[in-house]
Amino acid sequence: MPITYLLILSSMLFSIGVYGVLARQNAVLILLSIELMLNAVNINLVAFSAMFGAEGVAGQVFALFIIAVAAAEVGVGLAIVILIFRNRSNVDVDEMSLMKW
Amino acid sequence: MDFVAPKIALSGIAPEIALAATALLVLLADAFIGDRPRTLRPEHGSARPGSGILGNRWHLPLLSLIGFGAAVYLALDAWDRVDATGATTQFSGMIAVDGFSVFVKITLAVFGALTILLGHEYLVRRDLEEGEFFALVLFSVAGMMLMASSADLIVTFLALETFSIALYVLVGYQRSRLDGQEAAMKYFLLGAFSSTFFLLGIALVFGATGSTNLYGEGGITSFLATTPAADLSLLVLGAGLLIVGLGFKVAAVPFHMWTPDAYQGAPSPVTGFMAAGSKLAGFAALLRLLDVVLFPLRWDWRPLVIGIAVVTMIVGSILAVVQDDIKRMLAYSSIAHAGFVFTAVIATNDRGISGALFYLATYGLTIVGAFAIVAVLGGPEERRTRVNDFRGLFAAHPLLAGILTLLMLSLAGVPITSGFVAKLVVFGAAVEAGYTWVVVVGAIASAIAAFFYLRILVVMYMVDAEVAEEPKAVMGPLSIGVIGLSAAATLVLGLFWSPLIELAEKATFFAGP
Repeated sequence: MPITYLLILSSMLFSIGVYGVLARQNAVLILLSIELMLNAVNINLVAFSAMFGAEGVAGQVFALFIIAVAAAEVGVGLAIVILIFRNRSNVDVDEMSLMKW
Repeated sequence: MDFVAPKIALSGIAPEIALAATALLVLLADAFIGDRPRTLRPEHGSARPGSGILGNRWHLPLLSLIGFGAAVYLALDAWDRVDATGATTQFSGMIAVDGFSVFVKITLAVFGALTILLGHEYLVRRDLEEGEFFALVLFSVAGMMLMASSADLIVTFLALETFSIALYVLVGYQRSRLDGQEAAMKYFLLGAFSSTFFLLGIALVFGATGSTNLYGEGGITSFLATTPAADLSLLVLGAGLLIVGLGFKVAAVPFHMWTPDAYQGAPSPVTGFMAAGSKLAGFAALLRLLDVVLFPLRWDWRPLVIGIAVVTMIVGSILAVVQDDIKRMLAYSSIAHAGFVFTAVIATNDRGISGALFYLATYGLTIVGAFAIVAVLGGPEERRTRVNDFRGLFAAHPLLAGILTLLMLSLAGVPITSGFVAKLVVFGAAVEAGYTWVVVVGAIASAIAAFFYLRILVVMYMVDAEVAEEPKAVMGPLSIGVIGLSAAATLVLGLFWSPLIELAEKATFFAGP
């Protein structure tokens, strides 16, 4: 399979993620979109890793690191979401406007 | 079969190990001897009787300070080794042991120790949990240190996330504050968003060069040395995305949107720590990446960085003028300061690197003191942080007003303060490299910036009949100590700057391929 296909898939996933972050109002959905972007990067890394063969094993290792770190990040993120949900009973980012400018 | 243990040299990350171990110890000790608020009571802000500032809650901050002391000691030890044998890499080229990383590590340890002192008093007064705070500060300083010594993009990413995740929690540490929660949310979402761009940058660099290593065999440095310039477009694109990701961490325009909100909502000691520490860590990675590793590509990335520098200086200074809240104002001022440091980055010479390090060290010491003053004047929920709340400060607390004057003048870059020397060094480096017009823009931005620093001073000294409520400073020995130290450093480094600059010049030795 040509690497171009994989790169196109990864770019599409990344773009969908960027769109989600910019367009969604719900914090959990934004978090999901960020996960989508991270997975796009993972596909990218694994594709390049396969392209380089045995010398490109760093790409696969890096993908594992990204998965682990993403889990830690989501842990903290969801904790913040719950904290906000308790106080406001919604997690709409458009309503988070105590501070402006 | 004989097991041959690999020879592992740990001196490169010994300070980080010390901090991480201390953080774990603090968490463990907190479970046994920590004096925790047992129940959540509504009347936050009143310390329980018998738990004074230096009363029975001194174990954990002392333990944390010992950790920072050990980190400094180990970093100095590494410095001696670098002096003796030259810069090297460890962990199969993953960690750089050089003067640059050691200088940054020692500076970061000082910032962290000051944050512990301030945070202790801040938390005791508000009756908040302490153990997690100290552990998070220790972990984030460890991540920032790793950022400075990483010689592989994987390590850079791990370090970035280590300190960022700790900072997301610290920003929302005062859970009862609505604006704190909001600040944590915004900082987290935008931070995670920018991390993905940083990661995509690494992926593209990996795709272009086949390696994430900066110096090692087949690494990016040797790739650049052997590849014709025409084949580098993917690497340039990746480098651009890396600049985006790190530009977010140092709060450069146009990636600065989170800064005012996060700075305003975070507890003031954390704000000072973010302003000092995460800027230094971000610029440490940027300097190593741009001025050393991607030096052969400088004609490609420099236009982008010049653009960021100019826009950052101008936008930061102008938006600071219209702020009413002093924390937001200092946030925009920190954005402008990031722009000033960028003028040293584009110089790509040794004076630029040492100048940037000197700038960030002195700026950090000053801004930690400034936010300490904001903390002692802010009241339990930090509601009194508007510029008008400082009205009549001179009449109420003349000494505090005097110190705040000194710190503001230093941030504005007035002579006999460290801020003046720092600006001189970074602007000098840029002029030397032939970017005089950027320096002219910087000088104009400094002039605009002087306006809002002076505005605080005017309000402070104004004898006004209609002071609604006099500023009231609530401070114990630790806050007084940190504020005094910050003022002393600002003044002394403004008069006798050469020792620190000489150290920073020694820090321009980088590990090589």
